[in-house]
Amino acid sequence: MIWYRKDLLGLEELSREEIEVILSTAESFKEVSTREIKKVPALRGKTVVNLFYEPSTRTRISFEVAAKRLSADVINVGVDVSSVKKGETLIDTGRNIEALKADIIIVRHSASGAAAMLAKHVSVNVINAGDGWHEHPTQALLDILTLKEKTGKIKGLCVCIVGDIGHSRVARSNIWGLTKLGARVKVCAPKMLIPAEIEKMGVEVVNSIEEGLVGADAVNVLRMQFERDEKTAFPQQLEYFKNYGITKERLEKASKNIIVMHPGPINRGIEMSSEVADGENSVILEQVTNGIAARMAVLFLVSQAKDKDEIVN
Amino acid sequence: MSKDKKSKIILSSQDINRILYRLTNQILEQSLDINDLALVGIQTRGVHLAKRVQNIIKEIRAVELPLGVLGITLYRDDLTVVGPRPVVKKTLINFDIRAKEIILVDDVLFTGRTIRAALDEIMDFGRPKRIKLLALIDRGHRELPIRADFVGKNIPTSDKETVEVKLKEADGVDEVSILGKNDLV
Repeated sequence: MIWYRKDLLGLEELSREEIEVILSTAESFKEVSTREIKKVPALRGKTVVNLFYEPSTRTRISFEVAAKRLSADVINVGVDVSSVKKGETLIDTGRNIEALKADIIIVRHSASGAAAMLAKHVSVNVINAGDGWHEHPTQALLDILTLKEKTGKIKGLCVCIVGDIGHSRVARSNIWGLTKLGARVKVCAPKMLIPAEIEKMGVEVVNSIEEGLVGADAVNVLRMQFERDEKTAFPQQLEYFKNYGITKERLEKASKNIIVMHPGPINRGIEMSSEVADGENSVILEQVTNGIAARMAVLFLVSQAKDKDEIVN
Repeated sequence: MSKDKKSKIILSSQDINRILYRLTNQILEQSLDINDLALVGIQTRGVHLAKRVQNIIKEIRAVELPLGVLGITLYRDDLTVVGPRPVVKKTLINFDIRAKEIILVDDVLFTGRTIRAALDEIMDFGRPKRIKLLALIDRGHRELPIRADFVGKNIPTSDKETVEVKLKEADGVDEVSILGKNDLV
């Protein structure tokens, strides 16, 4: 298969084959991080800019590590200390970064569609590291990579996504990716956190955690995004834990080998108990490790993207 | 294979087998200590050949050499021009290469650029004592100062020809042939 995409904006637009290419490339990249010299020269001489308009620890560091393991030079732009504070627009910032002869921009922004808009206005590669409530494709890729590594397949798996589905770009990217690869997806949350017509994405909606966990091969627990919730739609965090928190007792009623995932950062005692987060079903730290390989694969593939007009077969 | 290309079989299954026994004996003859030896095959057919050498050594010396796998895509010098999509194949070296005498195995030695990439990649795993190169076929046309220590067969070729190595493990049959423009050469 030929890779044409110069940008990775979301999983919605990718075909099953494209997702599988990213996953198999990522599987090959895992080994690099286990070497004595954890570096390959594939992106030598390329400049990667991390442009983050929202706070992030995991994703930004993960992209930075991934780019460095490919031998790229990485520049981190935090908007707090940049000219964005002076009112520069995303497109102007992007064009300036392009004028500095950077090759890849990794962008995180609170507005849905920000990465796509930027990609339209610059010719460098753009990778979406999270745009509003829309998509967070590399998170879903690393989640799926972890699931595939643990179970050997995605087709036929039943994955339950629990939490703030409405505000979650992680949920949306996971739903696109998992359903394209043939998994069954359940979303589980209080009604107010389930967006209208989510069934149209091919998922099953359940409102109780017991229903969510039964028959599930994996549960992906989303972070409660209190910082996005201006109206404090959910008055009591403790009440959320009582009704939806993943506890040892609840897991005992589920499949014995159920895989527990969380994109981080965890609010311990709200989305899940510490016992579960650190327990034997948890793959949370393996997700972090797999994030490097998944992001290396994406960086490598977009940087190798071929122009459709160039290839004449 | 396009219509104007004609293939000529150069090595049969028996030939390949005989060559591998000869090369293995040469490796053993030249090595100081069999316990220092390790094999590293270049994906994909170099790996199959390395595996066969490993089996032959097991058969005649009852020693199982460590075997590593090298996918050199990320070390290519033509990543920016290669197309359509470079496939990133797995690398797996799960033994300590320091102080080892590495026998690097590939099917066809041509420009030498693959070997250059492989040497760079091996060095990222540590500092081996020595690296020697085994190639089933040496077809000439080197673009770098690289030569093989163990050569199965030298085949003079024109740069318009292609050498095709087929191995049972990957292609279902053992056979080496030259594809070229028969009416022009």
